[in-house]
Amino acid sequence: MLFKFLSSSAAREADVTDERLYFDRRGLIGAVAASALLPMQARAAAGADGTPLRVRRTRDLSDGLTSYDAVTHYNNFYEFGTDKEQPARTAGTLRTRPWTVRVDGLVGKPRTFDIDALMRAFPLEERVYRHRCVETWSMVVPWAGFPLASLLKQVEPLSSAKFVAFETLNDPRQMPGQRSAVLQWPYVEGLRIDEAMNPLTLMAVGLYGKTLLNQNGAPIRLVVPWKYGFKSIKSIVRIRLVDKQPPTSWNRYGPGEYGFYANVNPSVSHPRWSQARERRLGDWLPRATLPFNGYGEEVAGLYRGMDLRRYY
Amino acid sequence: MARRLKPAVLRGLRVGVHLAMAVPLALLLWRWIDMILGTDPRQAGLSAEPVAYTINYLGLWALRGLWASLAVTPLRRLTGMVDLGLLRRPLGLWSFAYAILHFGVYFGLDQLASPVLLWRDVVEHKFAFFGMAALLLLTPLAVTSTRAMIRRLGARRWQWLHRLVYPAAILASVHFILRVKGFQWEPWIYATVVALLLAARVRVRR
Repeated sequence: MLFKFLSSSAAREADVTDERLYFDRRGLIGAVAASALLPMQARAAAGADGTPLRVRRTRDLSDGLTSYDAVTHYNNFYEFGTDKEQPARTAGTLRTRPWTVRVDGLVGKPRTFDIDALMRAFPLEERVYRHRCVETWSMVVPWAGFPLASLLKQVEPLSSAKFVAFETLNDPRQMPGQRSAVLQWPYVEGLRIDEAMNPLTLMAVGLYGKTLLNQNGAPIRLVVPWKYGFKSIKSIVRIRLVDKQPPTSWNRYGPGEYGFYANVNPSVSHPRWSQARERRLGDWLPRATLPFNGYGEEVAGLYRGMDLRRYY
Repeated sequence: MARRLKPAVLRGLRVGVHLAMAVPLALLLWRWIDMILGTDPRQAGLSAEPVAYTINYLGLWALRGLWASLAVTPLRRLTGMVDLGLLRRPLGLWSFAYAILHFGVYFGLDQLASPVLLWRDVVEHKFAFFGMAALLLLTPLAVTSTRAMIRRLGARRWQWLHRLVYPAAILASVHFILRVKGFQWEPWIYATVVALLLAARVRVRR
């Protein structure tokens, strides 16, 4: 039922990356893969998160993928606790249906999108992106989603809209981490309008060909691969187009540590640690961090003439 | 009134101290062996990022060892059991062992065993500076922990030198506070315990 609408779209059966392929890529032995697949299918049948999605891979990367297990069990999602493995254990309290995303502000047609309608509104692309955390670890994730630009076009931004502000759900009953003052809640993020319209900027609804698990920011999150991970806000309920640079959570907490732009930049050191290197999950030794996380060709032009030491 | 412990009890306590401090290390080693033999790092209990997990784990046990060694004197005064003082050396040495391993993994795997990278990290980042300073303060204490060194230095000078553990514990606590993002209780709880143990000392001395 979920896939009917796609029968006329560009995605064909042959384009769909087989689930098993992922597990093979992880280099796991067959027995482990089989036992890992079973609970996934059971959950999918129950209609919970992790439901298979029909996606078409539009962007690959020669770097090896980080395993599904690691991607879903190493999460900075402070709404569910500050320990990396905590969200996987505790995010079950988040209810992702019904869910709506309000898109308004300086737009011609403000709208409230139902999440299921939104997931059907655009063909889902699979894009393999590097994901670099400001804490100097990184992963490679096959996201499933659609360009943020496609969504924004639907609401017809006014020419006065210069920035896009994002907001995570604010509900301490569903997000117990919001009861402690680690950060000011709700989590908010922002992009400049040209960053938001850049074709790399993705609204992700899944990863590894399945809907997002709660700990990864279900049901819908932002993915901005050339910026530190904290820019990629999770479990979004509201998107506003505005004329002034909106406040962003980590910048509000530590303006000297986290800038609004937060572009991955090996030559600008964080006050607590160097950003010159990063460790891929599972690697022993760190590797060199690339400017703009390796996406410079596509995004460096957005910042021409800006002093990136000042606008970190 | 100074009370003495029966030699058997004292021996039992010493074994207990060694066990309590050795078991976490043995557990960590066992997990690493498990991982190297092919178990997924998370299944082996090392999280999806085993290196960061190991550095944090070793650092936390170094701090806990510092707590324990700092707790000996207040406990001794409280109970009047002078022999408890004999537990201080093994606790201090275990704490130092964890601190050295903590540094070693960070130096080897984070800083690629490069003195240049290490130096840069320490001078550019307060977080690394405080940790390094704590370790440097603890090093002479470990070196002079033998009976022969106590004799050579003389009890008075030796005792003076070993008060370096107080600033070391404070620096290590700050190092932990600087480690975390956002407001989190855990490092402040660790620092509070250190503060209480130091405060207990001040009161007892009066």
